[in-house]
Amino acid sequence: MAYNLQEVMVNKPSRLTSGHRMCAGCGAPAVARMVLRALKPEDHAVIANATGCMEVSTFIYPYTAWTDSFIHTAFECAGATLSGTEAAYQSMKAQGKLPKDKETKFIAFGGDGGTYDIGLQSLSGAMERGHDMVYVCYDNGAYMNTGIQRSSATPKFADTTTSPAGSVIPGKMQNRKDLTKIMVGHHIPYAAQTLAMTNFKDLYEKAEKAIYTEGPAFLNIMAPCPRGWGYNTEDLMVINKLAADTCYWPLYEVVDGKYHITYKPAKKLPIEEFLKPQKRFKHMFKPGNEWMIKEFQEEVDRRWEELLELEQLTNKEN
Amino acid sequence: MGIRERLSGNEAVAIAMKQINPDVVAAFPITPSTEIPQYFSTFVNNGQVDTNFVAVESEHSAMSACIGSEAAGARTMTATSANGLSLMWEMIYIASSLRLPIVLSLVNRAVSGPLNIHNDHSDAMGARDSGWIQLFSENNQEAYDNTIMANRIAEHEDVLLPLMVCQDGFITSHSIENIELIEDEKVKEFVGKYTPKHYLLDDKNPMAIGPLDLQSYLFEHKAQQAIAMKNAKKVILEVSKEFEKMTGRKYGLFEEYKLDDAEYVVVCMNSTAGTVKQTIDELREKGIKAGLLKVRVFRPFPGEEIAKALSNAKVVAILDKADSLNGQGGALYEDVVSGMYNEKLTIPTVNYIYGIGGRDTTSKDIEKVYEDLIEINKSNKLENPYRYLGLRGDK
Repeated sequence: MAYNLQEVMVNKPSRLTSGHRMCAGCGAPAVARMVLRALKPEDHAVIANATGCMEVSTFIYPYTAWTDSFIHTAFECAGATLSGTEAAYQSMKAQGKLPKDKETKFIAFGGDGGTYDIGLQSLSGAMERGHDMVYVCYDNGAYMNTGIQRSSATPKFADTTTSPAGSVIPGKMQNRKDLTKIMVGHHIPYAAQTLAMTNFKDLYEKAEKAIYTEGPAFLNIMAPCPRGWGYNTEDLMVINKLAADTCYWPLYEVVDGKYHITYKPAKKLPIEEFLKPQKRFKHMFKPGNEWMIKEFQEEVDRRWEELLELEQLTNKEN
Repeated sequence: MGIRERLSGNEAVAIAMKQINPDVVAAFPITPSTEIPQYFSTFVNNGQVDTNFVAVESEHSAMSACIGSEAAGARTMTATSANGLSLMWEMIYIASSLRLPIVLSLVNRAVSGPLNIHNDHSDAMGARDSGWIQLFSENNQEAYDNTIMANRIAEHEDVLLPLMVCQDGFITSHSIENIELIEDEKVKEFVGKYTPKHYLLDDKNPMAIGPLDLQSYLFEHKAQQAIAMKNAKKVILEVSKEFEKMTGRKYGLFEEYKLDDAEYVVVCMNSTAGTVKQTIDELREKGIKAGLLKVRVFRPFPGEEIAKALSNAKVVAILDKADSLNGQGGALYEDVVSGMYNEKLTIPTVNYIYGIGGRDTTSKDIEKVYEDLIEINKSNKLENPYRYLGLRGDK
């Protein structure tokens, strides 16, 4: 697809308008705006949102920041809710109850709490049933809306309010769940992992593919949280770039089962570069805690190597 | 003329749904309502309806999908029982607060625990404050008729509330009885098209639904729900009248059986009313003035109308097929009594918790209730107005 990203940014107005109340330096609104920019201007969209920061900051009665149709029901069921909306669309379209020449697209947004944890079943059901929708997880690695509690997306050793870095237990003691792979296991036509990096090209292209691939699609998008991660608000893009360059958050897509890594850093940076600017990992840099950084690095390496192998394995010529 | 058939309660509801031909049905199987989505998915797969059937992975997702679908502008139905409704708990409140006229067939079953699959009303009673209209049905005919009337009531612009049609699990859901069905064309005309004013799929007027609703507005929105629930009473009566014109079958807020001159009155809901009617006939032969008030519309609760209908009674027994475990009495009892109090009707009333977990309630049990009422009237003494009927070892 030939396009000019600069033109997209200039000519496609944001479908999530200003005036919402997300924090300065939060990664989520940038993600939502860019995903929605991937919609064709002539297409209508229904956005579903799991309860979370994004929902409570963008639709406070009687105001909404969403220019498309929008539905929020509860925390754990954005997948199921939107699957019902999509089912209604298919039914009404087939019965001639909706205009023939008008396309509606279905996009759900959920944080990692509403997606990895409480909403996993609902998401899994929606993906398995094959609804023509995109589920976007903006992963900020903890339950930020309720005040930074650990989730299954929280990285190991992170200091959260329910996994505090204590004198006996130094933060979260479990590795993070690999949700993208769980979604790949659903054998959906399109699953991808991305983040808002440099010119957002990777995010934009994946969003477009996800939206315009027929059937269920899943996007896992890292979205840093200045409050939960403890970085300076102006450093959002720096943190994103470091996540990609350390391979903490690999950028890849799985199209009909084939893995493509869309960004391979020329020089893979050591994980300290990503950990250091974040207060949630501060205790890892205390003398005597070098083992934590080593262990973290090993896990990142293991997952990155596995991904490289999967790419090779799934693209083998027969 | 209608079509004579022999059907179970579940079949009757499934056929009503087929005739209504909703845009979407999202459901998850649970005994004893499982047959409804089973029958219905057969209609879907054989091309007998236009419905998109969403075989969700849980009841929570069933109600979530129903909300998403109804908000999209689609007429949407579902069915469940007991724990299925419990799992929907969070979403049924959201459905009513978003003013979505979803229709649910609730085949009443005991809510766990411990696990039991048989009939009582604990599932429906758990939802009594959720903002859903609740209609109860004595038999398969009433379950069918209530379902045919359901969308008209729920979708009325003065109402816009979800509605559940209740019937007794196994007792009516699985018993085959004679039934008179309405012709497909007549149902289609009666139910009409669903034309919501605001819906998500209206691309010309995008809509946002389900906000964060804080101190400034939530109270007003809840009050609007309460007004809609009050409005439902009038709409139910209007729709029932129209239904009577079509079928000859008369429905009100409740049914009175030999109530006019009755001195001893039983108030109950669903299938037990059949047993009570038979007992009344036997007692009447002995010269005992027994009567029944069978509640059809439990939400909105017709407290004032019930109190007026009971004003000639000497003693009233209210039968609850669910215990509220509040040390005071069942839900139907408390609502009837508060309706009576408001109307300054102070005749003795006694509450029986009965039929829990499918415990059979026979005409002998009902006779015992009338004997108690006669005794209360004679002795002018009412000890322990909160009782059990048919409990092992209960004296």
